[in-house]
Amino acid sequence: MPEQKVVDTDYLLLEAPRERKFITGAQAMAEAVKRANVDMAIAYPITPQSEVMHLVGDLYAQGYLKDYYRAEEEYGTMSAIAGASRAGVRVFTATSGPGLLRGIEAIASWPGHRVPAVLGVLTRVVNAPLSIQPDNIELAYLLHSGIVLLHAENQQDVFDMTLAAFAISEMVDVYIPVAVATEGFFVTHAKGYVEMTPEDMKLPARDPYKAPVPVTDCEVPPARIQRDAPVQKSNFMSYLIHAVWQQEVWASNMRAMKYINKYLGGPIEVVNPEADVFVVASGCAAAQGREAVRYAQQEGLNVGLVKIKSIRPFPAKEVKEALKNAKAVIIPEHNIEGWLSKEVKAAIPNSGIVTDGPRVYGGMTLPVELIMEEIYKALGVKGKQRVVI
Amino acid sequence: MSDKKIIPGPAGYMPEPAVFMGVELPPEGKALLYGEIVDEEQAMREAAKAMLTKPNPTIFPGPQVLWNWKEDVADKAQAILELASEIPNCRIIPMPDYRPKYPKIDPEAEINPNHPNLTILHNKIEACIFVGVHCHYANLSLRMIRAGTNCFTIALCAFMGHEEAMASLRDVHADDIRRFKDVLVQVRNELGIDWTPKPPPRNPSLPKEEWEALNPLDYGDYMHLIIPKKGEENVTETE
Repeated sequence: MPEQKVVDTDYLLLEAPRERKFITGAQAMAEAVKRANVDMAIAYPITPQSEVMHLVGDLYAQGYLKDYYRAEEEYGTMSAIAGASRAGVRVFTATSGPGLLRGIEAIASWPGHRVPAVLGVLTRVVNAPLSIQPDNIELAYLLHSGIVLLHAENQQDVFDMTLAAFAISEMVDVYIPVAVATEGFFVTHAKGYVEMTPEDMKLPARDPYKAPVPVTDCEVPPARIQRDAPVQKSNFMSYLIHAVWQQEVWASNMRAMKYINKYLGGPIEVVNPEADVFVVASGCAAAQGREAVRYAQQEGLNVGLVKIKSIRPFPAKEVKEALKNAKAVIIPEHNIEGWLSKEVKAAIPNSGIVTDGPRVYGGMTLPVELIMEEIYKALGVKGKQRVVI
Repeated sequence: MSDKKIIPGPAGYMPEPAVFMGVELPPEGKALLYGEIVDEEQAMREAAKAMLTKPNPTIFPGPQVLWNWKEDVADKAQAILELASEIPNCRIIPMPDYRPKYPKIDPEAEINPNHPNLTILHNKIEACIFVGVHCHYANLSLRMIRAGTNCFTIALCAFMGHEEAMASLRDVHADDIRRFKDVLVQVRNELGIDWTPKPPPRNPSLPKEEWEALNPLDYGDYMHLIIPKKGEENVTETE
């Protein structure tokens, strides 16, 4: 393990030199953890996430982390993450599909407990029949938890978002967990070029006293949240404290936006902002959308891309602005439910211009042809496509 | 109709949080006044005016200035006392911890983030300062106070400030509190208010606990914490 020097957060995220490597998404996530001065990681294996926590385990063996263990299952993992974080250390874990759902009761309690944990979500089918294949329906279950949710298109995003997640989650005005999601296998097990900060630089250590809540073991005053929960009574004051507490979670979630602007270049990326037709996508679907836009432009079609990087906070204002002149919007997704489509429709005044799809799920890939067909339909282009895909 | 976003309430049964209304925390060197980003001096003057002119001005110090847990706390606490002594008829009512107080809080002795309005309304407080309260609990309190009372709230925050307060200063430490005190004295003189600085009245507080005579029943809802149930022996020292 090389000696790592602590550097300023802004320097590491925005200015430090970068070196190009050809690595998998799982490696990219672990490489970000290596540079994040993480104290503790807790693992529970599940495909396709296991690779990430294997690699983080290697980091522990090399001395980058102070502690690492395999929990009994995901509920235990997520509960232990909360305990460790409340006790003042920087923590990381990752999971996939059924594991996320098994741990989701604990995960949904993290924001209210002001737990600045970072969670990797490497997506996988959750429905029966059992499957390990990629499908991001599980992210729909995270949308209402209060957690900040970033969706990575590729290996580079995985590295950048994971490293930034540690900084964002610990901002005093945010101080809620940040999840970094990407598609299992398509990104986790595939290689891409990643520009990475130097291996010998790391984020400053967590300062548990720079926080909106007292660091505590949950047993001593002033804040025994678990034991002295204010909602254990049935009266108006109990209801009110829970109501304003929920508001505070979502206010904190909204405050994360300024750091997403600062460290990730904003919650959305717009390609060809003057286009008539937009592909709006997040995660791996954005990569396919990007290809579709490239092909469309080669064919002389005026098509643009809106890639959504931040799912929570959802950039409703930015999406509305980007699509204000759009004549049609196509939203490809890797799930049957179309959770992104619903978000976009709710953000714009003319949701009738949205095409719900194409959607693939159950592990299916998302061929660019499917998106192109929708583009042709939206533009009224008939006949054979002019570019061979 | 006022174009000020964040004004003294009561704002209603379940008002929209200031953040949802588009209020953003100020950058370094700036402050918030009625939800708008302004110069510190402007926010300080308006806050001072509220503390000098509204009934029953009160300072609510939180755990971060009540417990001597790090080097600069005592000086900051001293600065708060100096500030209080310059405000006519100012009281200090602490928020010593964040546990809900059941069955009933003593509203003259303390304020609590789970039901801050009991203290505000009981004492008819119409201007107050939060200082040394952890941001999460300050935000909860400030939001409830704006919802249910007509109190003008001021936040002297060591970090980034509070959208819910009518006036919010950020990065506030002992020197900044003394700077605020100087502005307050200046505004007081401008308003022609005659006042000889003197410490606020002693907090009535709760009767001093006689530990030897303490009855387990005095613990109320928390009695189970000190009396093990049958077969239980695990009572920790902290309990």
